Amino acid sequence: MNACRPKVSTAFGVTTCISEKALRSPFVPIFLGDCLSSRYLWHVTEQPRLAQQNATVTLPEPFIKWFGEKGWSPRAHQLELLARAQGGQSVLLIAPTGAGKTLAGFLPSLTELANRPRRKPGQAHRGIHTLYISPLKALAVDIERNLGKPVEEIGLPVIIETRTGDTPAHKRQRQKLVPPDILLTTPEQLALLIAAGDAGRFFEDLRYVVLDELHSLVTSKRGHLLALGLARLRSFVPGLQTIGLSATVAEPDELRRWLVSQNPPGDMAEMIVVTGGAKPEISILDSEERVPWAGHSARYATPEIYREIKRHKTTLLFVNTRSQAELLFQELWRVNEDTLPIALHHGSLDVAQRRRVEKAMGENALRAIVATSTLDLGIDWGDVDLVVHVGAPKGASRLAQRIGRANHRMDEPSKAILIPANRFEVLECRAALDANYLGAQDTPPLVNGGLDVLAQHILGCACGAPFRADDLFEEVRTAAPYASLDRPTFDRVIDFVATGGYALKNYERYARIRLNKDGLWRVSNPRVAQQYRLNVGTIIEVPALNVRYVQAGSKGAASRGGRVLGKIEEAFLETLTHGDTFMFAGKILRFEGIRENECFVSNAPGSDAKVPYYGGGKFPLSTYLAEQVRIMLDDPQRWKKLPEQVADWLRFQADKSVLPKRDDLLIETFPRGNRHYLVAYPFEGRLAHQTLGMLLTRRLDRAGARPLGFVATDYALAIWSLGDMGAMFKAGKPSLSALFDQDMLGDDLEAWLADSWLLKRTFRNCALISGLIEKRHPGQEKSGRQVTVSTDLIYDVLRSHEPDHILLQATRADAATGLLDVSRLGDMLSRIQGRIMHKNLEQISPLAVPIMLEIGKMPVNGEADETLLMDAATLVEEAMGPGMIEE
Amino acid sequence: MNFSLARASLIAEADLVGIAGERAVCDPRGVLYFPEFRLLAVSDLHLEKGSSLARRGALIPPYDTGATLLRLQAVIADYQPSIVISLGDSFHDGGGAERMHASFRERLEALISGRDWFWVAGNHDPEAPADLPGETVSELAIGSLLFRHEPSKVRIEGEISGHLHPCARIVQRGRSVRRRCFAGDGGRMIMPAFGAYTGSLNVLDRAYAGLFRLETLMAYMLGADRIFAISRSMLRPG
Repeated sequence: MNACRPKVSTAFGVTTCISEKALRSPFVPIFLGDCLSSRYLWHVTEQPRLAQQNATVTLPEPFIKWFGEKGWSPRAHQLELLARAQGGQSVLLIAPTGAGKTLAGFLPSLTELANRPRRKPGQAHRGIHTLYISPLKALAVDIERNLGKPVEEIGLPVIIETRTGDTPAHKRQRQKLVPPDILLTTPEQLALLIAAGDAGRFFEDLRYVVLDELHSLVTSKRGHLLALGLARLRSFVPGLQTIGLSATVAEPDELRRWLVSQNPPGDMAEMIVVTGGAKPEISILDSEERVPWAGHSARYATPEIYREIKRHKTTLLFVNTRSQAELLFQELWRVNEDTLPIALHHGSLDVAQRRRVEKAMGENALRAIVATSTLDLGIDWGDVDLVVHVGAPKGASRLAQRIGRANHRMDEPSKAILIPANRFEVLECRAALDANYLGAQDTPPLVNGGLDVLAQHILGCACGAPFRADDLFEEVRTAAPYASLDRPTFDRVIDFVATGGYALKNYERYARIRLNKDGLWRVSNPRVAQQYRLNVGTIIEVPALNVRYVQAGSKGAASRGGRVLGKIEEAFLETLTHGDTFMFAGKILRFEGIRENECFVSNAPGSDAKVPYYGGGKFPLSTYLAEQVRIMLDDPQRWKKLPEQVADWLRFQADKSVLPKRDDLLIETFPRGNRHYLVAYPFEGRLAHQTLGMLLTRRLDRAGARPLGFVATDYALAIWSLGDMGAMFKAGKPSLSALFDQDMLGDDLEAWLADSWLLKRTFRNCALISGLIEKRHPGQEKSGRQVTVSTDLIYDVLRSHEPDHILLQATRADAATGLLDVSRLGDMLSRIQGRIMHKNLEQISPLAVPIMLEIGKMPVNGEADETLLMDAATLVEEAMGPGMIEE
Repeated sequence: MNFSLARASLIAEADLVGIAGERAVCDPRGVLYFPEFRLLAVSDLHLEKGSSLARRGALIPPYDTGATLLRLQAVIADYQPSIVISLGDSFHDGGGAERMHASFRERLEALISGRDWFWVAGNHDPEAPADLPGETVSELAIGSLLFRHEPSKVRIEGEISGHLHPCARIVQRGRSVRRRCFAGDGGRMIMPAFGAYTGSLNVLDRAYAGLFRLETLMAYMLGADRIFAISRSMLRPG
């Protein structure tokens, strides 16, 4: 029975063994040897409590029987987690997909519920026992199905229900009166439950909170809101235990702190790490075709991708953006001679369409699925035997998680092929591949909790019950993202929630919450709570329109009622005119017009279609991969692993110019046409480069270089000007070290930021999340532009009258880590001090070709509006003569 | 003072827009100036919109009145008009003038003093603003011009109105630019909204149907320091 003993290695890599006795149930002996019928390696970090070696596991009889009937045995980490939970601890379980994470997370609840005496008739209903929170509605539904089965088979008296935005009102009401034992829900629903007057009673019996896909939850504002919600739950139920389920992350301690109260500061949940079974087989496509210099379509590789699809049972094709998904899908169908069932899946498609694809996939009816990050999270899929990643993965952890999608039996190797779309991506793919083999992790570090989220939470708390500021402050600080929050800031946020917190005290009489004589803050009237409920959550949807079929050439109104294909961002549709064609939902469509919140389209033949541009969804290159790429460039030995044409390109660069050393910044200057170009290669990601480009052009303008524009990619930055920048740097007017001095992050940044569209967009999110203005809901759109106050206007007014307002402070903090990536730029500027390598060339270098090809293709957003207006006005003048303006 | 005179003398013939035979400057800050009458028209100030919304729970910054007055002060200082017409919706609601902070009231009174000031009644503020100097009128005729808040359905040559908050949108090189604008066809003119929190409605929207002679319709879009005259064929809805 106990064929082998589990290997337990400590965090320091020392392998030890847990004694069998330590994990033995007092009731039924379970030998861990049973768990190791498969080839899992697992290790547990050394904890003081574990060192005592007296943890015991209670697995009730029906469970043992059920495992026995299935011919299974509980896995080691499942029992380990159970033991820790039964010992009263909160636990973080880090495991790859297919490791039985879900069952592990629920085992403590299920075993406890199994032993709970049945409710006698007439006895009061018990509250929720376990709360399960996942980032996706679909995941909650999926879990209900997957968990329901064993519960039924074991014969447990446990009621499991979901509560999401789709749950009908009568069911929600009933759940309040007769709560299920296990409630599966989302962070937004938790916020709503907390803001209800009966929250304390509803949660009084709560024992466990299970947090699924924790690694993806914690990095966003949703995570901040959830952390605050957890803090609230802990104040309702002081003994509450949390169980976090996560993929591998770079800094697991951050998650461990996140799971428990930060009073005492720095306290951490226990951790169990299951390392993945077989190593994935990853390769980079070594194409017979020429790898393009620039672009993101990877069109060149379509026939080779198709060949691989034919060779495998089910292929999952990942791309980084929805536009790429549309494009690849079209390309594949162009070569799909055998009409293989190939489907498309991304977040803009109609829900019904997505569900159909998911269902077909579960039934193994598809040969290939082109997907974006909507499929990243842990929903169970059919038998995927190949993952193709088109475009560079941008991060080593992301790559590992996506490849984990293939093959849910974790003891068999996953198979994956990377398809770089251009030459720099070849380098990036190579770096990511080496990293995945090394097991490197580059998930982003957690940031401090947003003040806009805190404002929302404070209002929610007030809607639930009156609060004392001192108590709430202490409670909020137990949430890890807010552990370092100071009291003056907290008080300003309360002030903001109450009256807007303006220096001009104009709104006292309109206060949403008021401080009463008894020292408690209360909502002023019930309408405030209603308003709050409509606006809860941190997900800000980009304005988008439904895409609906009509007959070609129709004007819309007459032929309504066609099928809805999904939603497209307003920003893209604004650039279309009647008759333009574009790709969406795997079809080529003709734009017929816009009516209210619908976009009418018809089928179009045509091949010269535009691809929708989607805001966001493009991840910047991770710092870790960036460094790996620089290291590779610096080491000609490693070029041998690269495809010949790419290695040649680098050799050619070494010959014509130079390759940067791993910690250096290479700057090339050269003339071309009647302009002068500067190309820098920081490899710090598109966002940081965009910010750098803005700041450098300001400085170059002051230095008299007359810059005209710039363009940024993940790898490089190009600026062009009328003045000869190369000659200026040679003469030291200005010197490159002065140009790239860190002080650019001071006044220049402030001055540029003030008017930047990036900051306006960030402000909009903060204004919506903090509850300054209300989110627009479907059906309310008709009020039209002239009635609503745009956040851009509010921003302008607030910035000029109260620049240090708390909401502007929150906006700047967001922008620094978000769209501007100022923190990363700062790190880079300090790294390259004294390490700038300037090459003044006669002509363009090989390394500069990719970014030079991007010029003209990428719009410099929002900064050149006046020029465009000028062009339009000039066109009119040209066509009609200047006299037109006069009558 | 010197600057204002300089500004007045800088009005070039080419910058003038004709409306029913009268000539006016479309200022990029969103006001209309008739040099011959020394008349300045401004529309849809929507003062106290912030506090109006705050009453309903949206606590947006209470600085819109201050911001709007500051811009109004600047254009008045530039043109030194003897007549000012506020073309309706001067306050966002009937109680606006009463709610206004004392310091703003003083600034507004200072602007009014020494000129003929007309409050044209708007749909948001049909009554005269409480305790403020200036004359409240439903419409006003000067020369061949008629000033009123809402554009009339029956076409009147020389009508200057507001109410609709026109803006225009163009697309160039795959990019979309939307700006407030004056909309005119040579015979009538609809002014952009001036208030700091006022939104706008595209001139191609159904609300404008039948108001303009389409073949001569121009949108004078507000640029940072100049007006861009764009003909109808270049304009896009939305």
